[in-house]
Amino acid sequence: MSSIIEFANLLLGGLAAGMVLFIVSVGLSVTMGLMGFVNLAHGGFAMIGGYIIVLTMTQLGLPFVVALIVGFVVTAAISIVLERLLYSRLYRAPELDQVLFTIGLVFVMIATVTLLVGPESLPLTLPSWMQGQVNLGFMRYRTYSIVLIVAGVIIMLGLWLGFERTRMGAQIRAAVDNRRMAESLGININRLFTLVFAFGSGMAALGGGLGAEFLGLDPQYPLKYLVYFLIAVAVGGLGRITGVFYASLIIGVLDFALKLYIPKGGTLFIYALTILLLLWRPQGLFGKST
Amino acid sequence: MSATSDFSSHPAARALINRHRLRWWEPLPWLLALAFYFIFPRYLGFGTEVLITVLFAISLDLALGYAGIVTLGHAAFFGAGAYTVGMLADNGIWTEPVTGLLISAAVAAAIGFLSGLVLLRTTGLTLLMLTLCTMGLLEEAANLGHDWTGGFDGLPSLNVPPLFGLFEFNPLFPKTQYLYVLGVLLVCFVFVRTLVYSPFGQSLTGIRENTLRMHAVGAPVRWRLILCYTLSAALAGVAGGIWAQANAYVNLTTLGLDRAATVLIILVLGGYGRLYGSWVGAVAYMALAHFLSQIYPTAWQLGLGLLLVAIALFARGGILGIGDALLARFARKKPS
Amino acid sequence: MTEVLLEARNVNKNFGALSATRDVTFQLEQGARHALIGPNGAGKTTFINLLTGVLIPTAGQVLFKGSDITNFEQAERVKLGIARTFQINQLFRGLSVLENVYMAIAERAGAAPGMFGPAGSRRDVIDESMELLTQLKLADIAHKTIPELPYGRQRLVELAITLGLKPQVLLLDEPAAGVPSAESHIILDAIDALPKRIGVLIIDHDMDLVFRFAKKITVLVRGAVFAEGTPKEIGANPDVRAVYLGQATHGA
Repeated sequence: MSSIIEFANLLLGGLAAGMVLFIVSVGLSVTMGLMGFVNLAHGGFAMIGGYIIVLTMTQLGLPFVVALIVGFVVTAAISIVLERLLYSRLYRAPELDQVLFTIGLVFVMIATVTLLVGPESLPLTLPSWMQGQVNLGFMRYRTYSIVLIVAGVIIMLGLWLGFERTRMGAQIRAAVDNRRMAESLGININRLFTLVFAFGSGMAALGGGLGAEFLGLDPQYPLKYLVYFLIAVAVGGLGRITGVFYASLIIGVLDFALKLYIPKGGTLFIYALTILLLLWRPQGLFGKST
Repeated sequence: MSATSDFSSHPAARALINRHRLRWWEPLPWLLALAFYFIFPRYLGFGTEVLITVLFAISLDLALGYAGIVTLGHAAFFGAGAYTVGMLADNGIWTEPVTGLLISAAVAAAIGFLSGLVLLRTTGLTLLMLTLCTMGLLEEAANLGHDWTGGFDGLPSLNVPPLFGLFEFNPLFPKTQYLYVLGVLLVCFVFVRTLVYSPFGQSLTGIRENTLRMHAVGAPVRWRLILCYTLSAALAGVAGGIWAQANAYVNLTTLGLDRAATVLIILVLGGYGRLYGSWVGAVAYMALAHFLSQIYPTAWQLGLGLLLVAIALFARGGILGIGDALLARFARKKPS
Repeated sequence: MTEVLLEARNVNKNFGALSATRDVTFQLEQGARHALIGPNGAGKTTFINLLTGVLIPTAGQVLFKGSDITNFEQAERVKLGIARTFQINQLFRGLSVLENVYMAIAERAGAAPGMFGPAGSRRDVIDESMELLTQLKLADIAHKTIPELPYGRQRLVELAITLGLKPQVLLLDEPAAGVPSAESHIILDAIDALPKRIGVLIIDHDMDLVFRFAKKITVLVRGAVFAEGTPKEIGANPDVRAVYLGQATHGA
């Protein structure tokens, strides 16, 4: 009986972590699939968003959900400015230039946050309705984790509907599949990309705030978790939101399971597994095969 | 099929035939490095670090600048070389310096070859991510295997016997280290220079310039890239091995993202895809870092970030690229 | 009896629901002067990509001198003797004209893997490259880099690279496309001067070029073979004319 509880603990904890990873990484997946732009600064938007959310709560006294909205909007706005002024100059640039630019940008982001707020990690106090435990019937579990899972599923469904049912979603999917053909059909790729970039950065902010309680929020966040975002995106298949969803959940659950059973070798195992997986399927689990 | 005439007087042919000839200024960096030995005896430790970094940056240039493989995980090979020397010395298996470097090169080359087989099937973000994973894998392995690798603390105070039985490695007065590193750098540099000017090096340029066209002229692109990556890994392994010997310790900093990102920044700062970019980048970066990063670390990071953004947008060729542009402008202004 | 060099048998290529190539059977003999024409979007470049290994067929076979090469990679097919030019120039833009051709000849001659002598010491490759450039009247600009050349000359360098491979089969994808009419004769002259024993397939929209060059024409419409025959037969075919009605011709 207790092993079921143990298993459920693991599953729920892993799913919650995976949801956060998904929410942060989905923007990176779509921008990567749409424009082929290697944005290593994506974690920086998650960090900035997280900081805005926490500061909105602590300095302005606004409730958590309102702070999340503020974080989303402000981060999206910042990303639009950066995209129009800087990112857009490098769309046709070689990959190395994109890597250099985004590394430089993330350094600037980290340094700025350190200078403005300080190098220590910023604690987040969850609203009271998210604290404590909820009765699931056969066990009690952390409310916070349940909220994350529910939020993740709602966001996933929302995104999926947006992609499958709206005209803009269809345009995005077409452009991800074949950019040149989409352009010849009259789709304004640049405008599409700005919107997708802003939305993705806003999503990252949301993820940064939602996950701050267990991932922490400090200036090193973007570099600490960079590999995880990249793994989620590559394993899921670039530009596939269902792909990054499942990949994130798998990574989350795997990470939890490994921390439990192989407390020291977990990260190593994830690296090795990623390499083997991409050896077998270079396009990721859900990417289109060449 | 032999040609019927001799075209060696044609300007295009002449340019190609003379491309590899030594230019007058090429001995300068070496002479300066030698002069440094005599002029700044108290900075030899710093000088040794710089020379090792030059070697590491050159190894990255082979993969990145000439073959176009964008990697953030090159420290994997540096660390592999360093830990090879470290583990062999620490367990009393092998301590002789020069052969130790050869073993480091071989180990790093093996890792480079095996990882290249996997990684070079992919491109772009996936390739970049896999280089990070490979490096992360090695870093975690070093962290966990503390029985062999010393774990988080690394392997302090390695026993490095005198070079050729004659020249002692004195940590307080690193004279032997400096000249030893300079000698190894010279040998490796000659190797890379020869490679770059060879037909093989030319084909790497072709792969970087137009991969599709290289396939369409019958080049076995993937195998060329794997070979290039393996050689690049071997050289990085030598750099790591010599780092362990010169410092007489090994730790996890030889394997992390910090070291890998720094060498990439150094290479781009100096100018990638050119033999001397590594020199310029290493000297410039490490001189600045030496003074600034300790005192004002956050400002240093901010400045570095802004510099990288500026380079990516305006000065892709780094310092040497800016130098070229200035020379071109100067040449235009000169009366003919 | 002329040998069949390159052959496609019932080749199909689907991209998801889209049938780009439908059941195409095709033969190219030694010495052939064959043209592939058809309206825009007919799948001509796709077909060349299937013949050269850029794409792998969904069904059907590609054969070279009777051997199955359907799953061979591009580079393997080049080694057999199949070379192609691209619709948009695929050159080494930072390098000189000589270096561009050197790259191809070095691969063919087996000089490319050499790691220890300088590239310039392979005089045989240099001399062969310069001879080829002289034949194509490119020798005087051999030292210039690609961006310095007018587009017509760039297109000629594209052709020079493939000739350096000494192919048995040459596939030219719109060789005169984008070339200003004042310069197009250099391409046409070069095509006229191609060695007689090479089997040549040209895709083009310029009917003057096609009728001047081809001894056999295949018409591709919506991925399938619509008609095939001598220029006279195709020119007289009312269905072909109907398919082209309203289609403007490119080129000169």
